[in-house]
Amino acid sequence: MSMDVRAIPGGPADASRPPRPLVEFWYHFRRNKGAVAGLAVILIIATVAVLAPWIAPHDPLVQNRAAILQPPVWHDGGSWSYVLGTDDIGRDILSRVIHGARLSMLVGLIVVTLSLAVGLTLGMVSGFFGGVVDVAIMRLIDIMLAMPSLLLAVVVAAILGPGLFNAMLSVAIVVVPHYARLIRAAVLAEVSKDYVIASRVAGAGPLRLMLVTILPNCMAPLIVQATLGFSTAILDAAALGFLGLGAQPPTPEWGTMLASSLQFLQRAPWVVTWPGVAILVTVLAFNLLGDGLRDALDPKLKR
Amino acid sequence: MPPPPRCGAAAIRLPFPIPYPPMLRFLLTRAGLVVPTFLGITVLAFFLIRLVPGDPIEVRVGERGIAPERLAELRHAMGLDQPLWKQYADYLGNVLTGDFGVSLVTRNAVIDEFLSLFPATIELAAAAILFAVVVGLPAGVLAAVRRGSVVDHTVMGLSLTGYSMPIFWWGLLLILLFSVNLGWTPVSGRLDLLYYVEPETGFMLIDTLLAGDTDAFRSALRHLVLPAVVLGTIPLAVIARMTRSAMLEVLGEDYIRTARAKGLREKRVIGLHALRNALIPVVTVIGLQAGTLLGGAILTETIFSWPGIGKWLVESINRRDYPALQGGILLIATTVIAVNLLVDLLYGVLNPRIRHAR
Amino acid sequence: MALLDIRNLSVEFTTRAGTFRAVDGIDLTVDEGEVVGIVGESGSGKSVTSLAVMGLIPEPGRVVADRLSFAGRDLRSISGSERRRIVGKDIAMVFQEPMTSLNPCFTVGFQIMEALKVHEGLTGRALRDRTVELLDQVGIPAPESRLRAFPHQLSGGMNQRVMIAMAIACNPRLLIADEPTTALDVTIQKQILDLLARLQRERGMALILITHDMGVVAETARRVAVMYAGQVVETRPAADLFERPRHPYTAALLDALPERAVGRRRLPTIPGVVPGIADRPGGCLFNPRCRFTATRCCGLRPELEPDDTGATRCFFPLPAHREVTP
Repeated sequence: MSMDVRAIPGGPADASRPPRPLVEFWYHFRRNKGAVAGLAVILIIATVAVLAPWIAPHDPLVQNRAAILQPPVWHDGGSWSYVLGTDDIGRDILSRVIHGARLSMLVGLIVVTLSLAVGLTLGMVSGFFGGVVDVAIMRLIDIMLAMPSLLLAVVVAAILGPGLFNAMLSVAIVVVPHYARLIRAAVLAEVSKDYVIASRVAGAGPLRLMLVTILPNCMAPLIVQATLGFSTAILDAAALGFLGLGAQPPTPEWGTMLASSLQFLQRAPWVVTWPGVAILVTVLAFNLLGDGLRDALDPKLKR
Repeated sequence: MPPPPRCGAAAIRLPFPIPYPPMLRFLLTRAGLVVPTFLGITVLAFFLIRLVPGDPIEVRVGERGIAPERLAELRHAMGLDQPLWKQYADYLGNVLTGDFGVSLVTRNAVIDEFLSLFPATIELAAAAILFAVVVGLPAGVLAAVRRGSVVDHTVMGLSLTGYSMPIFWWGLLLILLFSVNLGWTPVSGRLDLLYYVEPETGFMLIDTLLAGDTDAFRSALRHLVLPAVVLGTIPLAVIARMTRSAMLEVLGEDYIRTARAKGLREKRVIGLHALRNALIPVVTVIGLQAGTLLGGAILTETIFSWPGIGKWLVESINRRDYPALQGGILLIATTVIAVNLLVDLLYGVLNPRIRHAR
Repeated sequence: MALLDIRNLSVEFTTRAGTFRAVDGIDLTVDEGEVVGIVGESGSGKSVTSLAVMGLIPEPGRVVADRLSFAGRDLRSISGSERRRIVGKDIAMVFQEPMTSLNPCFTVGFQIMEALKVHEGLTGRALRDRTVELLDQVGIPAPESRLRAFPHQLSGGMNQRVMIAMAIACNPRLLIADEPTTALDVTIQKQILDLLARLQRERGMALILITHDMGVVAETARRVAVMYAGQVVETRPAADLFERPRHPYTAALLDALPERAVGRRRLPTIPGVVPGIADRPGGCLFNPRCRFTATRCCGLRPELEPDDTGATRCFFPLPAHREVTP
């Protein structure tokens, strides 16, 4: 015997039929110019990432010995063939940055998915069951949070061994506590509300209560956190790459590109400039979007 | 208002607050939570290193190889043939007596290496947080007071940019501008090679002053500026944003209206009545930056060749010096816990409602 | 010359939804030593009026008036520093919520002394003695030791006494008490009102008592202004007003007093709420809730018309003796 939760006022909104919440959300979101700009930039980067093999003018790995450390087109000695110049072994920087977008978006996607899945489970279980389970999970999370997150990521990456996938894994592990805490708080806020009790009384099992009844009502902070999680993931993975613990050369990962160009800082600043700009712009776009989503989704901040 | 009680039992409520018991209770509760966290971190440090593929001894001897009998002997000597819980208990015992192991590379005690490098990191982190607070706090206040103005949008835009900054790249940019192009600041290290200063405290600024060498002091300061700005960038952004939102909330409170109704200057209303309340959450956030700073130190020290624990940790990883790594993370985590405890204390001091709850 | 002289005061707030007149052309005079009550429901503009006098209308708000003067000084045109010399000294205010109106981070002693330091230039021993004296005057026991207390350590009634001590610290000529008892327990309300009345008598200061409770005004005020939706709808001496209200709104408010409803089975209420930003009716603002609404009330907006004892804003004022039964 299970009742339709949608019939309960305050229960999860049916997104398919009346589009009101979505319309309202868009109304609030649109007013935040920064967030809209962030979204636009993300869409552009995502498109570039998907189309990278077709729009990149060169193969990111092909070295052209005839064009080593060529400056960008607007400098003396630059050419339209290498718009942003070339690196120390004659690879096209623009193409590498474009392919780097692929990796960074992938890193964001995988890290957020992994950490969200684990954090969601931990937080849900912790908030829903409480008691010893809750205490145990929360202790574990406290312990992880006592470590500076980059340090923990560095250590985990060091132990797992360098590589892009291991870097993603370590970044994902490091951010799990944030999701778990957030979900737990949201679940605790919802679990004692009348609609949950009604559903429980109606005979819904724990799994249904957690996933169908409660979860949709915790979505707002989750969406915001996931968006901001993209920026953290991209930033941390790039930092690991920079320290030599992430993607390994010649992979065109932005952080790795920076690390391998350090020694040309004086002679060829453009080698250093563009991967960094790419990281900054991408991370900034996700942060702008996350801020905008928070303002649009969080009724407490609506004024 | 109740009339003053006349007879005995009813008159228990004291006419003035006693500050100690609630504050003490607050501190003890906080301190009590630290113990399991610390134990958890030792477990984490212990097992993380176990996860490294390969036998610790084989890792140590490297490619030279080792005879099986010698291996067994060594394993026994190091307690590796003991059950895991026993090994952990031994490890915990060692840690509690201050023995954090011995570096594989230098053969020095990890704790000694850590302590000799730690002041450099603290000096850097302190300069960074000072920079972040000195710039971030007024910026946040200004943004809140001029809400919706160009100033507000600029401050918020810049701080979100700072928050999104890959600091390893930011450091390179600043080196490129200030060191390479302008030649204002040195590229790396803590002090010009010209100078030698006896390390008394380990803090270069203090040591140079103690030595009475003002030129060396200036050199130390010049070395410190860029790394501190780089490391302080993200805390600066966080502090500015937090200050703004805390101030916005406080400025809408009734007691701000009361302060204005008293005929106080706007400077005093904002700088004293509003800021004093807004500081409570801001201080907590400043405290939370301890982790960010120590994590960021890994990157900043690597870029600027700053001889602190961040750079040391990266080197330990590259040299596969696992005991150093193990000791290092434990000590850093302990530092973060200690700082958080300190911040809790400060929070209690700042917030009268905690200092002496009714 | 009146101490406080307000002519045609309006306060407007411009928001995305349009311009909202929280206060709409009110006139008010308060003489030296006079007690004036301003009565009305929440949202009728009573508090905004007093904040306008204090110069405390928050940012988007706009204050316009034909005259807004205090002791002969034009409050519309004075500089910030001149205003600060008046506000907090000659005009002081007590707010509705004592628990949130005191700064939680400072001791009550500090908060009272602050006003004395700024306006009277007192320091050291004199400052401290004066503060203790003030706390004693407002009936706080053991005032010496209360100096170091934080607001959260005191009860609501105690905090309101502190607020009053703070307000009277610099011997104001006008004290504005904005719903000073609303947030307090019923038993404490009476004490605070008595305290205000006593201080007013002893010091001969003018007092504006803002409240939604007709009963409160009856005991203290000499003259009463009834406000509705940002306008004064009736004003006259308290005795006359209570004896025979002319405006239907005043009459309805008086009917809602429990002590006047003796013998009835149910306490009469006024249906509906004060119109807000979006639902201002045409014509008389009270017409949707008035028992005597005629066609004319819905088309034209009545003016405040003087009569023998005061003034009423109604096309059909009630007869000079009150006999209204539902």
